[in-house]
Amino acid sequence: MSAGGLHPSQPFPDAARETLADAQMRRNLRHAAGTIREKRLRAVAEVANWEDIRTQGASIKDTVLGNLAEHLLELEASVKRRGGQVHWARDAGEAQRLVADLVAAQGVSEVIKVKSISTDEIELNAALEARGIHATETDLAELIVQLAEDRPSHILVPAIHKNRAEIRELFRHKLGADLLTDDPAVLAEAARVYLREKFLTTKVAISGANFAIADTGTVCIVESEGNGRMCLTLPDVLISVMGIEKVLPSWADIAPFMQLLPRSSTAERMNPYTSFWSGITPGDGPQHFHLILLDNGRTDVLADKVGRETLRCIRCSACLNVCPVYERAGGHAYGSVYPGPIGAILTPQLLQLEDENANSLPWASSLCGACYDACPVKINIPEILIYLRGQITPHKTPNAESIAMKTAAWIFNEPHRFEGAIKLAHTGQGPLVQHGAIRALPGMLGGWTSSRNLPPFPKQSFRELWRRENEGEQ
Amino acid sequence: MQIDLFITCLNDALFPQTGLAMARLLRRLGHTVRFNEAQTCCGQMHFNTGYQAEALPLIRKFVQDFRDAEVIVAPSGSCVAFVRDLYPKAAEWAGDEVLLAQVQELGTRTFELSEFLVKVLGVEDVGASYPHRVTYHPTCHAARLLRVGDAPLKLLQNVRGLSLVELPASDQCCGFGGTFSVKNPETSTAMLADKVANVMSTRAEVCTAGDNSCLMHIGGGLSRLQSGTGVVHLAEILASVEGEG
Ligand code: SF4
Repeated sequence: MSAGGLHPSQPFPDAARETLADAQMRRNLRHAAGTIREKRLRAVAEVANWEDIRTQGASIKDTVLGNLAEHLLELEASVKRRGGQVHWARDAGEAQRLVADLVAAQGVSEVIKVKSISTDEIELNAALEARGIHATETDLAELIVQLAEDRPSHILVPAIHKNRAEIRELFRHKLGADLLTDDPAVLAEAARVYLREKFLTTKVAISGANFAIADTGTVCIVESEGNGRMCLTLPDVLISVMGIEKVLPSWADIAPFMQLLPRSSTAERMNPYTSFWSGITPGDGPQHFHLILLDNGRTDVLADKVGRETLRCIRCSACLNVCPVYERAGGHAYGSVYPGPIGAILTPQLLQLEDENANSLPWASSLCGACYDACPVKINIPEILIYLRGQITPHKTPNAESIAMKTAAWIFNEPHRFEGAIKLAHTGQGPLVQHGAIRALPGMLGGWTSSRNLPPFPKQSFRELWRRENEGEQ
Repeated sequence: MQIDLFITCLNDALFPQTGLAMARLLRRLGHTVRFNEAQTCCGQMHFNTGYQAEALPLIRKFVQDFRDAEVIVAPSGSCVAFVRDLYPKAAEWAGDEVLLAQVQELGTRTFELSEFLVKVLGVEDVGASYPHRVTYHPTCHAARLLRVGDAPLKLLQNVRGLSLVELPASDQCCGFGGTFSVKNPETSTAMLADKVANVMSTRAEVCTAGDNSCLMHIGGGLSRLQSGTGVVHLAEILASVEGEG
């Protein structure tokens, strides 16, 4: 299922308070993130000119974004020339209708799916269900999440928050599989038996796309399990939903991404399965191919000079795996199919900074910068976070924080006000200081002192001490 | 060299001993230091929290206050990173070309203490003595934005009597992040818990860093747990001479 969409149901701090309480999930996440972090560093260190490839990847993406309409029109023409059909979807609703109509036209009530975040973004599975069409996820982790009636918590490893024992129970219960152990091979085999039957009997497959090449009309999917390849070759009809930013000008442009993506995402030198298809080939593979070009807020992101960089993202998930906030709070706290650092900048932008809950996401970061270091296409996530904070704040109604901030700015604008304020703080803190430390602060600062002490203001500020020590010298 | 101290608002108000130590240290190395009392705050807190309109006057004021400085040195990686990295962005986003040129130039004269000592002055042994077991936390902004690298470690390795113990998972953020720790206190606490556990596992007497904001956070956690490990700013260790500390 992996319905999820973009709209968080609550602000990040509230959602995180709930997810942080799940100790099992935190252990699972810490283990998984720690392992993949190490592996990625090793995989990246093997490539001597990694920095150059990053720069190249970023610059290809920027070229595309600088002229997106033209590349998309070229892609449309090339796909059509190769016997495929192209549809444009302005928003999630349009995309859902397009897919559902195409499936319904085949007279079927079942489809198989290749793991795709863009279809999760538009909540496709739920929309299909509403039209009496059942979608089966074929990626192992997506299948786990679907069977558990859960939501994915990671863009690459959707079931990262679950451990083997939990999965064994799930398969026993939902697939009726008689599993003697929770050995990964045994679990995978149970899923394989179940899925094989689906691959062989289902007429329509739905996928996303990692890349699409404008001049040849070629669409590309990169995956690890081979289930994607089955979906892309066995059914009669293939429908691919692709975010409009995924287009690349020509074949040569894909080369750097084939190095950047696998190493950044799964820490592999090369991913096991890479599928390319250009339109249709009579007598081989699906005989009907539909490419749906999804906007869903992307042109608004593109229009913003600073935010635009976000659309370089190739969804490798490296930023999630290095993010200390993601590692603690988990993917569900972000309330969107895009969690972690990329989610914190992409989700609110796709929603035009109009969703109050999504607008809390740019603050869900300590700005430690690990994501920027890891991002294979050099998206300066911390900078965009700060930029978005600055876009959102002025539209908020005045509150305790904004009053405090404005007062502080007024104080900082004059050194004598600043000096006076420090003196006042020293005098005023009296009742708060116990045994040389502040253990509880009132109001919005209370959260801070729930777990840490604060040093009290000293008797004299630096400037006072400096003046005394250096009197006569200056 | 004539050095202008950039003390930062947090250090001025809460940690005056750090600024004094830095001044002492730089004088001991033969430089003259100056403190322009007009300075207050670089505007980082406002800018990073989303109050960019409030930050801009503070940025302009900073440019004014330090316009005659030959070099500007601060005991704070994050404030220096803000001046060097984000002042240009602030100017760009505000569409102010004049300011942009000013801050780009200013950035070339502004340094964090450890990088100034090692990379600018070429000094790795500052003649300090500090007979304690110490662990070092590389702060995110110094490590990732300023790329100070092993400059602080080199300085610490040359301190007499100091035994330096490695901090496990040292590159992990302590969870402070300025107003992040106020707005997301639970997530911040979860990050802090790991940092504090790692510090305690070193059995160091002192955890040091180049930024009192991070140390205030880590120290706050250590103190709440009555861990017995204290926090001391790098400048204070480097300023210590025999018979002190
Ligand atoms: S933002 Fe960068 S690191 Fe994160 S998923 Fe996208 S490409 Fe990967």
